[in-house]
Amino acid sequence: MGRVALEITAARPDPALLDLPWHLPLETWPEEHLAALPRGISRHVVRFVKLSHRVLAVKEIKTDIAFREYHMLRALGRLDLPCVEPFGIVSGREQEDGTVLDGCLLTRHLQFSLPYRALFSQTLRPDTAKRLIDALAVLLVRLHLEGFWWGDVSLSNTLFRRDAGAFAAYLVDAETGELHQTLTPGQREHDLDIARVNIAGELMDLEAGGLLHESADPIETSNRIVTRYTDLWEELTGLERFEKGDRWRVDERIRRLNELGFDVDELAISTDIGGTTIQIQPKVVDAGHHSRRLLRLTGLDVEENQARRLLNDLDAFRASQDRQGEDEEIVAHDWLARIYEPVTRTVPRDLTAKLEPAEVFHEVLEHRWYMSERAGHDVPIEDAIQDYVKTVLPGKPDEKSVLGVDTVEMPVIAMLGDEIGEG
Amino acid sequence: MATVKFDEATRIYPGNDIPSVDKLNIDIADGEFLVLVGPSGCGKSTSLRMLAGLEEVNDGKIWIGDRDVTNLSPKDRDVAMVFQNYALYPHMTVADNMGFALKIAGVDKSEITKRVKEAAKILDLEPYLERKPKALSGGQRQRVAMGRAIVRQPQVFLMDEPLSNLDAKLRVQTRTQIASLQRRLGVTTVYVTHDQIEAMTMGDRVAVLKDGILQQCDTPRRMYDHPNNVFVAGFIGSPAMNLLDVAVVDGGVKLGTGTYPVARDHLKDAHGRSVTMGVRPEDLDLTTEGNGIPVVVDVVEELGADAYIYGTAKDAHQHQDYDESGGDLPERPFIARVDGRRPPQKGETVYLAPKEGHVHMFDTENGLRLGD
Repeated sequence: MGRVALEITAARPDPALLDLPWHLPLETWPEEHLAALPRGISRHVVRFVKLSHRVLAVKEIKTDIAFREYHMLRALGRLDLPCVEPFGIVSGREQEDGTVLDGCLLTRHLQFSLPYRALFSQTLRPDTAKRLIDALAVLLVRLHLEGFWWGDVSLSNTLFRRDAGAFAAYLVDAETGELHQTLTPGQREHDLDIARVNIAGELMDLEAGGLLHESADPIETSNRIVTRYTDLWEELTGLERFEKGDRWRVDERIRRLNELGFDVDELAISTDIGGTTIQIQPKVVDAGHHSRRLLRLTGLDVEENQARRLLNDLDAFRASQDRQGEDEEIVAHDWLARIYEPVTRTVPRDLTAKLEPAEVFHEVLEHRWYMSERAGHDVPIEDAIQDYVKTVLPGKPDEKSVLGVDTVEMPVIAMLGDEIGEG
Repeated sequence: MATVKFDEATRIYPGNDIPSVDKLNIDIADGEFLVLVGPSGCGKSTSLRMLAGLEEVNDGKIWIGDRDVTNLSPKDRDVAMVFQNYALYPHMTVADNMGFALKIAGVDKSEITKRVKEAAKILDLEPYLERKPKALSGGQRQRVAMGRAIVRQPQVFLMDEPLSNLDAKLRVQTRTQIASLQRRLGVTTVYVTHDQIEAMTMGDRVAVLKDGILQQCDTPRRMYDHPNNVFVAGFIGSPAMNLLDVAVVDGGVKLGTGTYPVARDHLKDAHGRSVTMGVRPEDLDLTTEGNGIPVVVDVVEELGADAYIYGTAKDAHQHQDYDESGGDLPERPFIARVDGRRPPQKGETVYLAPKEGHVHMFDTENGLRLGD
């Protein structure tokens, strides 16, 4: 057999990729190339490498599966779904003695994202667990709306970004996923069942390791994915019937969907033959109602709840300036220049890796609220940010490049062979 | 445990005119290991998912035992998809890793313990039940993952290309293990693969699909010895069966300059003046010039006792119709197994004659098997 050539497939290949030791099994890569040690309950060997000032996740996996996942992640990205960004594939790997190695899938590390195990220092508190599951439910609904069947829904296969006190979930592992035109109820239900069992397993594992707060019940908590998902799905897609006189319910439905963070791109309205009852059903909904509006007004690209928070502050700014009649864009521009940017710029350079600017802004608003409460009067935002930067932010961990903590890599398949065949 | 029945089961994807699975009929016996096999897009995975409840059934029915499950949700069907997610949890014992899904399902604690013990016995994991997965070897971890499906005691196991992420060597080992485990458990199993070798080595019966249509469902032996059509003939067996078009003549078919005798009855249903003859590589003998099929040897693969020759047969030149069309004669790859001690040389022309009674005849027009 002739030697195969190393092949790199990437949308924007970085020549520095060639300097990585592709001829070595990923498990044995020298530390000098690694940004951190392995994490996650993973079926495959995964490493984080530093490359031209960025961090890439490298997953060793059969080449055909790597290609499949690479293209799947690209397709999901094109659909504007929250997932990690694929960077490339390295195939044709061979050790110096000619042993063929599996391919590698490269994804960009998602800045300020957190694996679920990094979200608690000692034990996972019930309310944190619930917020993670709520974020995962939103992600799953969004994926299902676009026809993506995940096949391995779990906390481990998800990354979380802080989102104004809540979380936004991102899909990390699309290995088992399939993109269909639409999903059948059976497919959605199966995904949901997988999610519930995996989450319960993950929480039971934390419990067994003494890492789950004693008041949290793994099974009860895992059931939350089902109720949250089902409620959200029903609200986003359900058919609603009402009397002709209750037409306000059309606007009400749209308002509720907006409140949940979704825009209605298409709403089917029909009447019965007599015209006495009306039925409505959203046909196309689009996540990111608030973040799109904020982006349009200010150019800020942030998570949905952060956007909601920022828009609220913008509204408050407008009211306080008595500028309700003025053009929204102009007021937004002023708010950005006079409120948002001064606040986020106050963060010293050495603290910028702690939290994303929009999350800092959210926290400063919270901080101001508490300060005002204590003081018994309104505290100016300038004072709040100074105090926050001095007393709160330095105590927070750096979250810009958290690659995981206290996890075990347990490839089931890859280490097979030593035992098989004996029985 | 249960039987499974696909009864005219049909799946048409929205926006498609052609069914992805077209009137599938298969009766699977209680405890049987049935493998669905075929090339990509043949409908094998769709069929499995119809059984699992993940794909809608647009027409026909699916039965598990005496229950019509056509419209039941996946979790009400009492089937288990195996190997979908096999993460092991590091802080939990082997017993808990195997039994935790039962806990979620609300199964009684003593019942969980009982089922986990039973499964551990079958999987040779009894001594390790209180250990953590980290203390296990790779193979044992694999069995823990299998144990998770076994303790559920489903009526049917469903496996969709479970070995696709293994390398070739591990694939062979694991398929042996799955097949033997299935026989020990005796649970009806439906297994999907694109690999005909996997299908033939694992299944009690194999169902070959192509373009959404069941081509044949038989035991591996019957499938190999008696393919119902040209597609199955070419798909099952490795190396593949040689297929060549031959002219029908008095007393048989024309082969090289001679005639290969075929009973008249065998050919009476043929539509054209030529038929497709199939002969497996091991069913050929070397013969002398002028007898049999001339084959130019391209590659010789020596395996010790046997050798395989890969060559090119000019198979159609016997036929008038082809001669008249002008141009180059069609060349077909041709494979034969010969004695490993005296294999022919590369570049040599050899003459190969089918062993008597070991040819398969197919109608060239519709591909169907002719005669018995």
